Amino acid sequence: MRPKRTGFFSKFPKLLNGNLSLDMNLLTIDAARSAIQERTTAATSLAEWFYTMIEKSDPQIGAYLTLAKERALAKAAEMDALAAKGEELPPLGGVPVAVKDVMVTRGVRSTAGSKILGDYVPPYDCTAVARMEAAGAVVLGKTNCDEFAMGSSNENSAWCPVRNPRDLSRVPGGSSGGSAAAVAAGMAVAALGSDTGGSIRQPASFCGVVGLMPTYGRVSRYGLIAFASSLDHIGPLTKTVKDAALVLRTIAGRDPMDSTSAEVPVPDYVAELQKPVRGLKLGMAKEYFGEGLDGEVRSSVEAAIQKLAGLGCEIVPVSLPHTQYAIPTYYIVATAEASANLARFDGVRYGHRARDARTLSDMYRRSRDEGFGPEVKRRIMLGTYALSAGYYDAYYLKAQRVRTLLTRDFEEAFKKVDAIVTPTSPTAAFKLGEKVDDPLAMYLADIYTVTADLAGIPGISVPCGETKEKLPIGLQILGRHFDEATILRLAHAYEQAS
Amino acid sequence: MATTPDTSLAARARYEPVIGLEVHVQLLTASKIFCSCSTRFGDPPNTNVCPVCLGLPGALPVLNRKAVEFAVRAAMALNCRVNETSIFARKNYFYPDLPKGYQISQYDKPLAEFGWIEITTGTGRKKIGITRLHLEEDAGKSLHEGFPDSDQTTAIDLNRSGVPLIEIVSEPDIASPDEAYEYLTRLKEIILYTGVSDCNMEEGSLRCDANVSVRPRGQKEFGTKTEVKNVNSFRFIREALEYEIERHIGVIESGGKITQETRLYNANEGKTYGMRSKEQAHDYRYFPEPDLLPLVVDEKWQAEIRRMLPELPEARRKRMVADYGITEYDVQVLTSTQALADQFEAAAKAAKNPKRVANLVQSELMGRLKARGLEIEQSPISMKGVAMSADLVESGAISGKMLKDLYDLCFERGQDFPAVYEKEKPQQITDTSAIEKIINEVIAANPKQLEQYRGGKKTVIGFFVGQVMKASRGQANPQLVNELLAKKLES
Repeated sequence: MRPKRTGFFSKFPKLLNGNLSLDMNLLTIDAARSAIQERTTAATSLAEWFYTMIEKSDPQIGAYLTLAKERALAKAAEMDALAAKGEELPPLGGVPVAVKDVMVTRGVRSTAGSKILGDYVPPYDCTAVARMEAAGAVVLGKTNCDEFAMGSSNENSAWCPVRNPRDLSRVPGGSSGGSAAAVAAGMAVAALGSDTGGSIRQPASFCGVVGLMPTYGRVSRYGLIAFASSLDHIGPLTKTVKDAALVLRTIAGRDPMDSTSAEVPVPDYVAELQKPVRGLKLGMAKEYFGEGLDGEVRSSVEAAIQKLAGLGCEIVPVSLPHTQYAIPTYYIVATAEASANLARFDGVRYGHRARDARTLSDMYRRSRDEGFGPEVKRRIMLGTYALSAGYYDAYYLKAQRVRTLLTRDFEEAFKKVDAIVTPTSPTAAFKLGEKVDDPLAMYLADIYTVTADLAGIPGISVPCGETKEKLPIGLQILGRHFDEATILRLAHAYEQAS
Repeated sequence: MATTPDTSLAARARYEPVIGLEVHVQLLTASKIFCSCSTRFGDPPNTNVCPVCLGLPGALPVLNRKAVEFAVRAAMALNCRVNETSIFARKNYFYPDLPKGYQISQYDKPLAEFGWIEITTGTGRKKIGITRLHLEEDAGKSLHEGFPDSDQTTAIDLNRSGVPLIEIVSEPDIASPDEAYEYLTRLKEIILYTGVSDCNMEEGSLRCDANVSVRPRGQKEFGTKTEVKNVNSFRFIREALEYEIERHIGVIESGGKITQETRLYNANEGKTYGMRSKEQAHDYRYFPEPDLLPLVVDEKWQAEIRRMLPELPEARRKRMVADYGITEYDVQVLTSTQALADQFEAAAKAAKNPKRVANLVQSELMGRLKARGLEIEQSPISMKGVAMSADLVESGAISGKMLKDLYDLCFERGQDFPAVYEKEKPQQITDTSAIEKIINEVIAANPKQLEQYRGGKKTVIGFFVGQVMKASRGQANPQLVNELLAKKLES
């Protein structure tokens, strides 16, 4: 059955003509779900339509690595059957979504952006993906990303870089660049990404979408191919803040398969959006507005903060004195954990194995040499070094101590304020190739985002204007542990007001 | 050529060995330590596996509560202090049967520390300290043979991957291979009593590595140690240690230096061999396991586990010596396995006179076993059989002499006491006149007791019954004896 193209959906043919839609609010979760519920369109038709969009747009963008058509259409048909019976669809019923390739999907190739998992088909589903599907979401496919989520530009994907839908000469950010680009280019209504040092928020900011990193422990990591276990978070990339709330409500909550997932009740984030922001105290830390911050980004973010002040929020200066140590701390902790997490890719049981290796160590060496890209190798070496006998205390242990200090900075600040507002990234999207030869410059792209990962607090990036070159800018709002509701509420209020 | 090393007794006497043992014990939990797969031994390869124990991308460990309880129980039995908070750590190394490329173990904050057990040495009792006891996961198994292409490839069975282990590290308090043997024997016994492991060395549920060094007697500093691995019986540990100690002394006496290294024991040759240095240059790069929260075993939980702790071998031996009046030697024999001690105690308690059961074991059973070179487990006479014979002697149904004869027959025929007794038991005298004749003789021979009885002390009848039974060599039908005696005494 073809969808009836009336009302809202009458806009679709225009899209089918091949223009990349940059209208962020074109199709939200609720709009898609209601259309299916009311049988204005069928979930299967919607999925097919998205696949057509992907076919047209993705060759230029490179957001998807693997499409899961069969699985998606089966889920969509299930939703159509529900709708046909007049039953109420689940909260994401029939909504086409994309999933970052670092999350495993049963029967659907999951490469984590790496050649070493080039033909890897997992036998089980990531909890977050399973929860999305249980809520009716139609998983269209797996999105491109930096290899093992290691990167800030998506140029470290072993397959192909992703291009920013706003400007194809620019990066979409990373490492969830594919998920951000898919949502921004209308190739998915929403997407799941993962954030270890900023990998949801920074690409969200670069592509002009909403990106939410929940509190550590809020969303199960089971089935997330680990980069740095104590820093990895799964979260949504969406067109609107409300959609982010909807997705978070779906994936949040204790999972017995992840010991680090917390037994903290999950509020109704959508309902919480309606609460007023008047009277909330917003912290502004000078450490986030210093050297290296692009002028246009600064003025947009400051204007956004003024807008929040106009909505009745009180702006309070706060200090986060250990911020300057965040990048080195991050790159020690993250790489140390990565060096162990990536040890399992040894060519023995699954993934790439070098041909004709003569000895065991030869097989290990060559499988890993051929399978891993240069940035992954660099981080494995950094991490191995940081954990080595004689260096452990000086690097890993010291980094853990600084991490504690950084966390305390936030705890102190949150005694005074309800949220902290910062730029998401010091610049808007940069050009492809601009930083590939300068890892340090690349690492500094995460300077405003790694702190929240290290402290385990939630953060959201919401679009707050554009540069003169029409590149999106993101406002980052950081919150207390398990207080996603407040930052979502602030982001929603800002979004509605702008 | 180097001078011949002097490993004469005189040279050996100048040195003192220092030995520390690391024992790995598999816990008898039904499921693995970090997933719900079965721990069953001997299933077809790679059938008890899941994403977690296969180390698949994205899988995460979840700690098995039962494994913690078993480990704590063992720790308590070994007199350890259980740390309220302990931390899991990743031990990083590459090996094909280690699916994640790291083993989840514990490092600087182990589950338990500061334990000890007591052993018997040539010079008396001695405490051996236990440095630490920690929880970890087992690796899989590399199968180098048994497949058509085994000359080309190695197969891997990951059924064992993730089976819970405790590692028990001793202090370097062990001063000889004999002490090492005794320590292992006692340790195994305690673990078996706690029921947390079957300690089956063939199936690999108990494994032992030994660290050994020698130093001139009286010197405080330790010598350079070597680690001996791959030893699969207590006897071989003793032999390997003897070999290593002699080798160390030989090297030092000839002016050489011991290299710190890991050596493998070849039981066929009775020698140890150093591994290639490449295989042992390990820096495990331990760091706290971020996928698991710190393990907290609070006071309440510890108390619960302590309640499940059974009576341990040393305490039991002390009690048995007191309860049954048996010797130190016999109690060792009777408690050589928990099952035997249980059988003995059950039989003794069920018998009319528990001490007599113990006496018979000591005086009649042990000697016969020893004479035939049998272990107590091989005894034809079970503890139940001993108890039965004790009751028969107690009631006067058989004499001591008959018991000895019956025991001999048991050993000859390899049959238990009840079977032999059933066949050989004396024919009962049911002839009333014959019994009355004996009764008359007994009464005549004991006027004093008769007077007591007639004076109202009716319990004296028991004495008469005993005397009659004795006089009839246990052959009189006891029921008839009772009836006739009563009649006679009342008349």
